[in-house]
Amino acid sequence: MKAFKFDWLILPLIGIAVVVLLWQISSKTWAKELPTPHKTWEASKEYVLKPFEKRGEMDQGILRFTWYSLILVAKGYAIALIVGTPIGFFLGLSKAFTKTFDPIIQVLRPVSPLAWLPLGLVLFLGAGKQASELGALFTIAICSMWPTVMNTAVGVRAVPQDYLNVAKVLKLSRWKTLTKVLIPATLPYMFTGFRLSLGIAWLVIVAAEMLTGRPGVGGFLWQEYNALLYEHIILCIITIGVVGFILDRLMSLVESRFKTA
Amino acid sequence: MPYLELKSVSKAYGANGSRTEVLRDVNLAIEQGEFVAIVGYSGAGKTTLMSILAGLIRPDTGSVTLEGRAMSGPGPDRGLVFQNYSLLPWLTVAENVRLAVDQVFPEKSEAERAAHATEFIEMVNLAPARDKRPHELSGGMRQRVSVARTLAMNPKVLLLDEPLSALDALTRANLQDEIARIRAQQKQTVVLITNDPDEAILLADRVVPLTAGPNATLGESFIVDLPHPRDRKALNHSPRFRQLRRDISQYLLQSRQDRHATITRKLTLPDIEPEDLSIPRTMLGRSRPLRSSETREATVEVAS
Ligand SMILES: Nc1ncnc2c1ncn2[C@@H]1O[C@H](COP(=O)(O)OP(=O)(O)OP(=O)(O)O)[C@@H](O)[C@H]1O
Ligand SMILES: [Mg+2]
Repeated sequence: MKAFKFDWLILPLIGIAVVVLLWQISSKTWAKELPTPHKTWEASKEYVLKPFEKRGEMDQGILRFTWYSLILVAKGYAIALIVGTPIGFFLGLSKAFTKTFDPIIQVLRPVSPLAWLPLGLVLFLGAGKQASELGALFTIAICSMWPTVMNTAVGVRAVPQDYLNVAKVLKLSRWKTLTKVLIPATLPYMFTGFRLSLGIAWLVIVAAEMLTGRPGVGGFLWQEYNALLYEHIILCIITIGVVGFILDRLMSLVESRFKTA
Repeated sequence: MPYLELKSVSKAYGANGSRTEVLRDVNLAIEQGEFVAIVGYSGAGKTTLMSILAGLIRPDTGSVTLEGRAMSGPGPDRGLVFQNYSLLPWLTVAENVRLAVDQVFPEKSEAERAAHATEFIEMVNLAPARDKRPHELSGGMRQRVSVARTLAMNPKVLLLDEPLSALDALTRANLQDEIARIRAQQKQTVVLITNDPDEAILLADRVVPLTAGPNATLGESFIVDLPHPRDRKALNHSPRFRQLRRDISQYLLQSRQDRHATITRKLTLPDIEPEDLSIPRTMLGRSRPLRSSETREATVEVAS
C-alpha cells in the first residue's frame, strides 16, 4: 500500500514540483516577461475560485469558459464520429472504395486545423451570425475524424475469418452480419479511434476559438495575449492540459470495457 | 443419384510461385441419411475438404452438388461444427446458440426458441455455464457449445470437423453416444472428420481415409457393417471391429510411407555457448564470444 501511494502520488508530485521550480528559475533569469508561479496564481485566483462567474462576454470564470469549449467540441466530435465511422466501415469492407478514396484521405489527413478554419468560415459565409460556429464545427469535425476512420477500417479488416464464416453458415442477412458480427468485432478498434479523435478535437478547439474569437478557453487565451496579461495564458494552458487529460482518461475507461469483451 | 457429391475436386493454396496443392482429385458420393467418417493425418486437408462441403470455399476444379444441384454457397441446411469452435466472444453461451436458433426458426415464438436453445444447451451439459462468455470456458466446453449451436439448427447435413478432439475420454464417449442418438432419431446425413479410427468405426456407416498430404485424396471406402446401436464395450471384442481398425490404420500408414514428408522449422539455439577465452577481445566486440541466441532453419526428412 505504501509503495502504491509512493508510485502514484508522491512521484508525480515531485515531477510537478520540479517543473514549477524550473518555471520559477526561468522567470527570474532568462525569461523576464514570464510571470512567476506566484504571480500567476495571484492573477488567476479570481477565475479559479469563482469558476462559474460571468462578469462580461470575455471575462468569465475558467470553468464557464471550459464549458463553452466542451460544448463546441462535443458537437464537432459528434459530427466526426457520425461521419467517420461509416466511412471507416466502407474502407474496411470494400476494396474498390479504398482504392477510390484512400489517396484523397491520405492527402487531407495531415492538413492542419489552421488551414481548414478559413475554408470553413468561407463555406458558411451565408449563415451570417452562425458562420463562426459552423466554421469551427466543420474544422473540428474534419480534423478529428481521421483516427476514427482509420481505426474503424483497420478493425473491420481485422475481423477474424472464423466469425465471418459463422455469419455465412447461418446465412445472416447483410444487416444482421453488420450488427451481430462486424460491429461487435470492430468495437475495440473503433473505441481506440474515438479516443484519439477526442484528443484531436480538443486540440483543434483552441485554434478554432482563437481565430473566431468565440468565448471559451481558447478565445480567452488569445484575448489575454493581446491584452498582455500573460498570467492568464498560463492559466489557460494548464486548464486545457488538465481537461484534455481527463477526457483521455474517461475515454480509456470506456475503451478498456470493450477490450475485454 | 447421390445426395451430396464431390467430383474430381482439387484445391491449392498460395500464390503462383509457392502454390501447394492440398487436395487432388477428390471424389466422394454420400447417400441421403448416410453417416460417413473421414479419417486422416493432421494437415492432410481435412478441414479444407470440410469447408468445400460446407460451401465456405470453392474448389479450384471439380464440382460439388447437393441434391443434384450445384452448391452455390454456405447455408444453415449444412450445419458445420468448426474445428476451432468459432464462437462469437461477445455473446454468452446461450446467446451464441440463440443466434443460430433465431436465424433458422424465425417462425417460432420467442418462448419456443428459448426452450429450443435451452434443450440443446442442456444436452451438452452446459446449463450451469449458459450465461458465461467463451473466454471463461475451457476448450472442451467451447467445443460443446459449438456442437450444441450446430445441432440446434437441425441441419439436413451435419458436418462435424473433429468435434470431440478437445474433450476428455468420458465427455467424449458421452457426446459420441449423443451424436449416435441424434443421428438415429433425426436420420440426418452426417460427415464426421476425426483423427480417431475407433470413433469413426463406432459411429459411421462408412469410413473413408484421406491419404497423407500434400496432394491428399480420398482412399477406398471401408464399409462398417456392424449393427446399430453399437455398444462401445461389446465392440472391443468384435473381430470385425478389430479387423476394420487394423485395415484403416494400415491404409493410412501405407499412404504416408509413399511420401517422404519434410518438416522445416526454425530452431532457436539456446544461449549456452561457452565463452572462448582464447579469442582476443576488443572493446568494439567484433570478435565476440558467441553468446546471443541464434536462429537456424533446419529441414528434416521424416520417413515413417
Ligand atoms: N487459408 C489457407 N491458406 C494457405 N494454406 C492453407 C490454408 N488453410 C490450410 N492451408 C494448408 O493446407 C493444408 C491442409 O490444411 P487443413 O486445415 O485442411 O488440414 P487438416 O487436415 O484439417 O489438419 P488438422 O487435422 O490438423 O486440423 C495445411 O498444410 C495448411 O498449411
Ligand atoms: Mg482441421
